[in-house]
Amino acid sequence: MDLLEIRQVTKVFGGLTALNEVSFHVKSGNIHGLIGPNGAGKSTMFKNISGFSTPTSGDIFFNGHSIKGRKPSEIAHLGVARTFQETTLFQELTVLENALVGAHKRAKTNIFSAIFNLDRHIQQECMEKTLSMLDFMGLAERKNQLASELPLGSQRALAITIALASEPVVLLMDEPFAGMNPEETRHMMGLTEKVRQSGVTIVLVEHDMKAVMGICDYLTVLNFGSLLAEGTPDAIRHDAKVIRAYLGNTEAM
Amino acid sequence: MPKKYTNCAGLAGLLAALVIVPHFLKYHHQDFLIFLTINVLVVSSYRLVTLTGEWSLIHAVMMGVGAYASTLLTKSAGLSFWISLPLAGCVAGAVAAILCFPLFRMTQFYFLIGSFAAGEAIRLCWIHFIQPFGGTGGISGIPFPELGNIDFLEPVPYFYLVLVIVTLCLVLLYRIEKSRIGLTLRAVHWKAPLAESVGVDTWKYRSLAFIIGSAFVGIAGSLKVHYLGTVTPNQYGIGFMVFILIWVIVGGYATFYGAIIGVVVLSILDESFRGFEELRPAIYGLILIASILFLPSGLESVPERIRGWVSNRAAARNGPGIQG
Ligand SMILES: Nc1ncnc2c1ncn2[C@@H]1O[C@H](COP(=O)(O)OP(=O)(O)OP(=O)(O)O)[C@@H](O)[C@H]1O
Ligand SMILES: [Mg+2]
Repeated sequence: MDLLEIRQVTKVFGGLTALNEVSFHVKSGNIHGLIGPNGAGKSTMFKNISGFSTPTSGDIFFNGHSIKGRKPSEIAHLGVARTFQETTLFQELTVLENALVGAHKRAKTNIFSAIFNLDRHIQQECMEKTLSMLDFMGLAERKNQLASELPLGSQRALAITIALASEPVVLLMDEPFAGMNPEETRHMMGLTEKVRQSGVTIVLVEHDMKAVMGICDYLTVLNFGSLLAEGTPDAIRHDAKVIRAYLGNTEAM
Repeated sequence: MPKKYTNCAGLAGLLAALVIVPHFLKYHHQDFLIFLTINVLVVSSYRLVTLTGEWSLIHAVMMGVGAYASTLLTKSAGLSFWISLPLAGCVAGAVAAILCFPLFRMTQFYFLIGSFAAGEAIRLCWIHFIQPFGGTGGISGIPFPELGNIDFLEPVPYFYLVLVIVTLCLVLLYRIEKSRIGLTLRAVHWKAPLAESVGVDTWKYRSLAFIIGSAFVGIAGSLKVHYLGTVTPNQYGIGFMVFILIWVIVGGYATFYGAIIGVVVLSILDESFRGFEELRPAIYGLILIASILFLPSGLESVPERIRGWVSNRAAARNGPGIQG
């Protein structure tokens, strides 16, 4: 089933067309790679899907309903979570607090429940879930540290934890492996695979071709804002257009 | 949890002291204590607003909204003080709710200026519409609370009234801050887009903090006006707002009690400079500059600093053998 459908999406910034009538589908349960050279429009596509930016034209469907023009928080409530390209955390909060904020959808409360502790069951349950998620992501030991004190690898893991804590249907990950050494990358790939097995559909933007080819079921390639090719990793690896676009980077493939 | 118990014991002790102390004070010091206690509520409610990272300049005016509301409800509508007090909070909260629509389209610097402009607009209404607000002269002859045969004209009973209500409000504010709502407000402060991406409606939470903070300061306004007996537009202008900002900045805003320490310490200092009227603004200014230079994280950081200083001294005395 198509969980996410991008239909003829165009995004223009002043004179620059960052996305030019791009269409593609994301199947439920897949790890779907969105790749392309720098400036191809990958992050812009994520911003449009998650509501941080609105397409100039075209439409975006999630579960068959248009989500174009909705607020990011509404789209998050529907089940689309994202991570950001620049590692984005609540720097001044602890690791545990970061993850708890991620669980907002499940545990949000009103002022009276907050004052009189009326929903302590929900909060308790949320706390337990969050703790086990921190455990899953290998962050349990650091739960009382400030997010700003974490090493880079753990910061990345925490960013993903926050998104996962919102119990998404689709997770958009923008370059989760950037700046990691091969071992950390392997570890994160394993985690990503586990997340998919837990039933979350993943759209992955990544420059590390080895990782992308190893983990994705299907790939969409963008170049200068236009759709260049799509297909399985094997098909993309041998696609002449893609090889040309990545010229100089072919070794990586 | 021994720390929790010592904290509770400390607070109970403080409350007991506050119950006894006014009997040993002169009349004008009793007055001072009443206004100080009300100002504690002013800074604590302001803290809730600033948790989202937006520093408004309208908090003093919101206190005035509560003050005027309570005045009109008792004097013109003939309601009792006990009903007007919570209603004053509701009115201030409602005015804040309306202001959210224009104000929270802005952030940071623009929000600061926008909130100032909105506050001045409200003050102009008080000045301009002599009916019912009484113009620049304001309104006087505001009734005192009545309860049995307690004489609330006397400072000590009124202080007890203020103490009870302010304590109650502080408990509520503290519980909000420590709840999930407080956490979400801080999250909105540190990274609004990330909070949005997990479903937090940042507009709603900014508004919520502003509305609740305004409601509590509206209650503070009501408490003040029924003791003072008069209300004028100038009591709640930018001058008072500057004091609120100084108290919060000098006290520190990392913890719940920082702003409270700020208002208590600065007010006592200020009171002890009574008699040097011309110098008082200059002294305040010097204290602000000195505290920004020497205590950038506020008075609240002093215990931590002393602890660090003491342990450094101990380490130094034990000699270099221990280090490294
Ligand atoms: N807010 C904006 N205003 C103007 N131009 C923008 C804006 N955001 C992105 N662009 C431009 O749109 C193009 C696509 O940017 P985008 O960030 O989507 O690329 P990307 O594929 O994510 O690249 P990278 O791999 O480097 O992250 C770039 O040329 C960029 O300069
Ligand atoms: Mg990008």
